[in-house]
Amino acid sequence: MAEHKPDSARRTVLLAATSVAGGMAAAATAFYPFVNSMLPSERAKAAGAPIEADISKLAPGERMTVEWRGKPVWVVRRTPEMLDVLKKNADRVADPESSKVQQPKYATNSLRSIKPEYLVLVGICTHLGCSPVEKFVVQSEPFSSDWKGGFYCPCHGSLFDLAGRVYKNKPAPSNLMVPPHRFLSENKILIGEDEKGA
Amino acid sequence: MAAKKKEPVVIEGAGPLNAPIGGLLTWVDQRFPLMSIWKDHLSEYYAPKNFNFWYFFGALSLVVLMLQIVTGIFLVMHYKPSAAEAFASVEYIMRDVPGGWLIRYLHSTGASAFFVVVYLHMFRGLMYGSYRAPRELIWIFGMIIYLCLMAEAFFGYLLPWGQMSYWGAQVIVNLFDALPIIGPDLSTWIRGDFVVSDATLNRFFAFHVIAIPMALLGLVAAHILALHEVGSNNPDGVEIKAKLDDKGHPLDGIPFHPYYTIKDIFGLSVFATVFSVILFFLPEMGGYFLEYNNFIPADPLKTPTHIAPVWYFTPFYSILRATTEDFMWALRVGVVAYAGLILFTSRGCLSKILTLLLAPVILLAMGVIEAKVWGVVLMGVSTLIFFLMPWLDKSPVRSIRYKGRLSHIALTIFVIVFLTLGFYGTQPVTAAGTLISQIGTLIYFSFFLLMPWYTQMETTHPVPDRVTS
Repeated sequence: MAEHKPDSARRTVLLAATSVAGGMAAAATAFYPFVNSMLPSERAKAAGAPIEADISKLAPGERMTVEWRGKPVWVVRRTPEMLDVLKKNADRVADPESSKVQQPKYATNSLRSIKPEYLVLVGICTHLGCSPVEKFVVQSEPFSSDWKGGFYCPCHGSLFDLAGRVYKNKPAPSNLMVPPHRFLSENKILIGEDEKGA
Repeated sequence: MAAKKKEPVVIEGAGPLNAPIGGLLTWVDQRFPLMSIWKDHLSEYYAPKNFNFWYFFGALSLVVLMLQIVTGIFLVMHYKPSAAEAFASVEYIMRDVPGGWLIRYLHSTGASAFFVVVYLHMFRGLMYGSYRAPRELIWIFGMIIYLCLMAEAFFGYLLPWGQMSYWGAQVIVNLFDALPIIGPDLSTWIRGDFVVSDATLNRFFAFHVIAIPMALLGLVAAHILALHEVGSNNPDGVEIKAKLDDKGHPLDGIPFHPYYTIKDIFGLSVFATVFSVILFFLPEMGGYFLEYNNFIPADPLKTPTHIAPVWYFTPFYSILRATTEDFMWALRVGVVAYAGLILFTSRGCLSKILTLLLAPVILLAMGVIEAKVWGVVLMGVSTLIFFLMPWLDKSPVRSIRYKGRLSHIALTIFVIVFLTLGFYGTQPVTAAGTLISQIGTLIYFSFFLLMPWYTQMETTHPVPDRVTS
């Protein structure tokens, strides 16, 4: 039997290939359980259950806040004057008809609601997650001389109207999120669950 | 392999004590390389003799790191990493734990002091070209230390669970949300919940007290080992190892111990004096070291009226806020101009091909991806771009002392812009502030991206053979 000299180039290639393949497999196996453990726990997911909002004491022109999935959810009862202003506001906002999916299908309209009177919004700015503050009075404000009423984000100055539509050329890229919700009765809204059949 | 028999250790000046101490040291040294570590890194590590004021800050950052670790250990003995108890446990440390206020203020003031000394240490590197070959790895290890330090500070800031902790973390984690496709899942994964919550606090605590400090210690060791391998740079930027005496030691070098240990102890005393004044009289530093809103417990339903990060993050935060839809046009012009500059002046074929390929891709991406994402990208790049310093600086000389006028102007403007961006990052958004931040952002990036040109164009001064005194 002829003696074979070890082929060192071939050895190097095989060694490298084995190390890379083995190393990647080992890394993936070792990292997966740790990466996986950092996902939301079952308890955190369960805390995302729907929540009921009682709107019987909500006066026209007022806002109430409930907590859903740890986030503030606003219910605003809009007055006819407020709704009037919204119609005239279309050219000042970036997405007047809510074409970008930031709401369930049943709220895809210019008022972004099921019933025009009641607006339900996640009160978290779509820019970097601050909670905008309520500026419902129509008056001159430092951030806008002819303010028509809506929300102002104190962090980076984004403006939203009373349908949660973002004003043009503001840091926030899209309208405020409308959460899935449905009316259980005249005075009760269930937040976190879609309308039946929707 | 037979162990080399080591010589008995003789301590100069120990007198009659030499026998017992020397004997013990010899016993240890035959089992552990104690004396050789001591010699390699202290008593026979030759450092240039012309170190000035700016060379205090390396040693000082090491001292502050130790301060943070020691005070951190004792804070963890009383702190509770849970959303329900965190805020109250910090107030408990401040009011009820004996001397707890001192340890807490040492830690919170130490955090800001850490960034002060690290920024001055980095500025020293920029001035004297300490990142130039063969010290690239020292610079890179240093930059990773700086990034770890930012992560450490960010994770730590959530722990008191005040309003600023909460909403600061909310804003920063939401930066990842901006990334296309993976963004929302990534930010949920970072938080471990759909909002910043107890789960987030717990994992930030784990990163803050275990993961990042361990990484920091390893990196600091690598930083110092790499430095001692190639030797320290100096204000003249001349290589002291080029001129040796008959014993093989650098002619312009002096042993680190005792010369620089004594000098650093003096520096440390001055630093400790200033530090104590802040610690005892201004621990909040007018809202810059500890923000007033952070004395209100975290409320997930209510954002404070003005959110600003702690001062050491504000230059980068300004860059983030400056990137609006309008500013994208300035960026587009910038990309086209820079591509033109490379195409017309570069001699390399590869860089031209890369420019022709990359510039249209970037311009196209700018049209497709919204400004919010670019703000995050620019903020990331503004911290990472320091890594490229060793390759951006093409000057024939290292130190600013012998560089030409353009480098002086560039570094001066850079410092002014860095401070200006830092200032506007602490302020609420105004039209003027945004405009100034936008101009600042362009200048910030120009300092780095135009460096290969201005460092080569200027006339440099002759570099002396040996260090000047």
